[in-house]
Amino acid sequence: MTQTNSRILLVLFVAAAAVVPLLFATGYQLFQLTLVVAYALSVLGKNLVTGYGGQVSLGQGAFYAVGAYTAAILMEHFNVPYWATLPVAAITTGIVGLALGLPALRLGGLYLALVTFALAVAVPQLLKYKLFEDWTGGVQGIVLMKPDAPFGLPLDNDQWLYLFTLAVGVVLFIAATNLVRSRVGLALMAIRDQPLAAEAMGVELSRYKTLTFGFGALFTGVGGALGAIAVGFVSPDSFSIALSLTLFVGMVIGGAASISGAVYGALFIVFMPNFAEQISKAVPGAIFGVILILFMFFAPGGIASVLATQLRRLRAARTG
Amino acid sequence: MEGVLHQIISGIATGSIYASISLALVMIFLATHHINFAQGEMAMFSTYIALTLIQAGVPYWGAFVLTLVFSFVGGLVMQRTLLEPLARAPVLASVGAFLGLLLIFNNIAGWLFTYTLQPFPTPFGTGAPILGGMLSRHELGSTAVTLVVLTAVWAFFRYTKLGLALRGAAYNPVSSRLVGVPVARMLALGWGLAAAIGAIAGMMVAPIVFLDPNMMGGVLLYAFAGALLGGITSPLGAVVGGVLMGVIENIAGAYVVGTELKLTTALVIIVVVLVVKPTGLFGKALASRV
Amino acid sequence: MKRRTLLAGLGLAGAGGLAMPAIRPASAATLVGVTKTEIKIGHIVPYSGNASSYGVGGRSHSAFFKRVNDMGGVAGRRINFISLDDGYNPAKTVEQARRLVEQEQVAFLFNPLGTPTNTAIHRYMNQRKVPHLFLATSADKWGDYKAFPWTIGYAPSYRTEAQIYGKYIKEQRPNAKAALIYQNDDFGKDYLHGLQDVYGKDFDKVFTKVVTYEASDATVDSQVVTMKDSGADVLVTGAIPKFSAQVIRKAFDIGWKPLHIMSNVSASIASTITPAGPEKAEGVITSQYLTDPTDPDFKDSADMKEWREFMAKYLPDGDVTDANYVYAYSVATLMHIVLKQCGDDFSRENVMKQASNIKPVALPLLLPGMTAATTPTDFRPLKQLQLARWKTNTWERFGNIIGA
Repeated sequence: MTQTNSRILLVLFVAAAAVVPLLFATGYQLFQLTLVVAYALSVLGKNLVTGYGGQVSLGQGAFYAVGAYTAAILMEHFNVPYWATLPVAAITTGIVGLALGLPALRLGGLYLALVTFALAVAVPQLLKYKLFEDWTGGVQGIVLMKPDAPFGLPLDNDQWLYLFTLAVGVVLFIAATNLVRSRVGLALMAIRDQPLAAEAMGVELSRYKTLTFGFGALFTGVGGALGAIAVGFVSPDSFSIALSLTLFVGMVIGGAASISGAVYGALFIVFMPNFAEQISKAVPGAIFGVILILFMFFAPGGIASVLATQLRRLRAARTG
Repeated sequence: MEGVLHQIISGIATGSIYASISLALVMIFLATHHINFAQGEMAMFSTYIALTLIQAGVPYWGAFVLTLVFSFVGGLVMQRTLLEPLARAPVLASVGAFLGLLLIFNNIAGWLFTYTLQPFPTPFGTGAPILGGMLSRHELGSTAVTLVVLTAVWAFFRYTKLGLALRGAAYNPVSSRLVGVPVARMLALGWGLAAAIGAIAGMMVAPIVFLDPNMMGGVLLYAFAGALLGGITSPLGAVVGGVLMGVIENIAGAYVVGTELKLTTALVIIVVVLVVKPTGLFGKALASRV
Repeated sequence: MKRRTLLAGLGLAGAGGLAMPAIRPASAATLVGVTKTEIKIGHIVPYSGNASSYGVGGRSHSAFFKRVNDMGGVAGRRINFISLDDGYNPAKTVEQARRLVEQEQVAFLFNPLGTPTNTAIHRYMNQRKVPHLFLATSADKWGDYKAFPWTIGYAPSYRTEAQIYGKYIKEQRPNAKAALIYQNDDFGKDYLHGLQDVYGKDFDKVFTKVVTYEASDATVDSQVVTMKDSGADVLVTGAIPKFSAQVIRKAFDIGWKPLHIMSNVSASIASTITPAGPEKAEGVITSQYLTDPTDPDFKDSADMKEWREFMAKYLPDGDVTDANYVYAYSVATLMHIVLKQCGDDFSRENVMKQASNIKPVALPLLLPGMTAATTPTDFRPLKQLQLARWKTNTWERFGNIIGA
């Protein structure tokens, strides 16, 4: 397949993703798909940090929470329209990510994983803290209005929100693809795979590591803001450590070092719990755990890597 | 002044809970170079096994030993069946499998043993607490047990051939294999030992925090933090780190920032320590494989 | 994804916002989820995750409605009870509520659990005009019949409960020096607010030490030591059983003997008193509205017998010391009463009308003398509590039944 061909395919895919659900999906299903896009962006942020940057972050839920609360506070206290909260959420989480990236570059591997894990645990506590209570709504959280379609478009708010979220998602996925293919991305992968050699060749380890952390946080933060707008509610209980672990699961299931993997991962974390629940009401968590382990057995590199292998085989069969 | 002393003693008692799980984490790290997120849940599950045995009429120490055997074998089997096939997969896949295990143990325990809070017996007597009530007999006894386990782990890695082989297998599997260490068997042994240590921790923790399927959720985080603070490669560091966590948390909560931010404060302190000394208080630098 | 026609898709999706009134005249009765042979009821509870201990509520309800069906159903209809898992995650609650309302097309939601989770769907349910009945959360806000006419609570609110404690302390210990420990979330904060309601600006003078804990903490020993050192002679504990048991034990161990008042969620003998040690709980005061399944006083009561038979037949592996089952049985009975009261009209309007017109009724397993009741301007079915003191091996109720 040539570059142009795959580009055309991608455009067709995005067009189908926009149109088909509008025609055939119910409001409930559109809501689920909106969540898929929001989670996909968040997992994408994680993929950048972990899959491309090689730094294991277990606290990505913290950035999701920062993005969600930024959007919610702007909408609730400053009457900022929902779409205008996204750039602010992006900048805020990006800055938070950079600030945390600074110590992060001193801590390699496991230590970073544990520090980010701790961060995710601390977030709900901070959201509840009395000094911020006027802004965050404390333990009660903030309830948000669902946005209506603008310009008198004949769409209900589920349909509009899905389109809007999808559009933001597509733009950011393209941005991420370009980022990964750019000098930054190449430097990142060089650091991940051969840190000493990369450093010897003049790649500034610390700068790139910090940058990735910032970018990863930014993507996850925008995902969080979109998720908050779709759900229409934020509270400390929405952002427990379970969220960080969910995003982690999305990453390993989808395929860490892959852009498209984020989408597969997001589909998994939205739909698989419902499936697990259908199998057993008594132990849905255990069923989900078993499915997770099975995936790790048969697709340890994630769904994206399985698909890539199949595609290569298909192509080899055709040419050979 | 008496108040501060009380907080410190109470912090040491709570900290020794964290320390016992930290120790299990360090054990599995030294033996496999993984952090097992399911460690706490495995310990909780072992504790339920012990309780079931005790309720069936087995005397405490008999149940204790049986539980250790069961946990050791369980850990061994788990490594052979679940982790061994993932040995060549990316590290992330192992972490994914750990998370899967965490969910499975937690959910199955709730299903088998119900979520009702259960008291768990102590072998150290329920007589009046000492030091003006600050330290119960059980807390004293369990701290002693933690120290015994610490000494055993330290001596095992330091003085026995098996311990050295275990560390070698985790640290550099290829070279170890070349000098004749059965690497796969060593990893399984590491899992078994860590599961047994976790079981001891579970049986020591349960009389204090009571037994329910989510017993370890909170403890595990502090145990991670403790292991991190002390240095993930050092058994002594794990214990010191765990105890320090308990004390810092109490002092911060009672006198500095109030209870609402005590966990956050403790975590900030750890990050600061790690930025200054990235290997933790007692840890050795891990040579990264190039 | 299930196949849907374009029209149904648009119609359903539109109902959340503007399209609905145009399609259906507002006055007509809305009959959804009800056929000649079936009534569909939706329910949401955490079966997975940290709050999965509440999952027993869902199992109990499923068994309860199975029994209703075995006995002929309601008005010739079987109950189709659909219970879904939200893992106590508000985002998931929204998803599951929409699935129940839009995809499964249930008649109404019954007893969904949790404050943040119900807050997330509060507005949705009311915009959709789907009855949101007898929530399994005792926050104060579910009685707002004006702003949210489709949502109705069930149990006495924590805040009311705390006000009762406040008044009792004021009466018994006018010069109290008090301490409060509460769980740092919406549940625990209601105890703070309730006590502040009673004491007003004197609150800080009376409650000289107020501490919190997180549900994820390992122990609260440090907090108990802090409170003792403050010299308080009254202690209020707004906590779940695990931590209430720790407070009781630690206070006893360090020789602190305040007037100890403990939240009613911790009144369970099996979950709180037994783990703490019955002798250490001597004199602890709480308030109750349900009978405890392990309370010897009610061992042979008719309600208890009925409930035990139910458990033995329909939930043989259920834990009969777990107070969550008792709670579930009482609220499911109230639901059953409302359904019977509906006659043959199970439109959403009529279900809501009947749910808000409950004549005082003594539900099984409520304390003797207590009733559930609602009116169109009173959306709090249970409003009564009675104080009780732990003595040797049982709760001794004292004083009158207190209605709020």
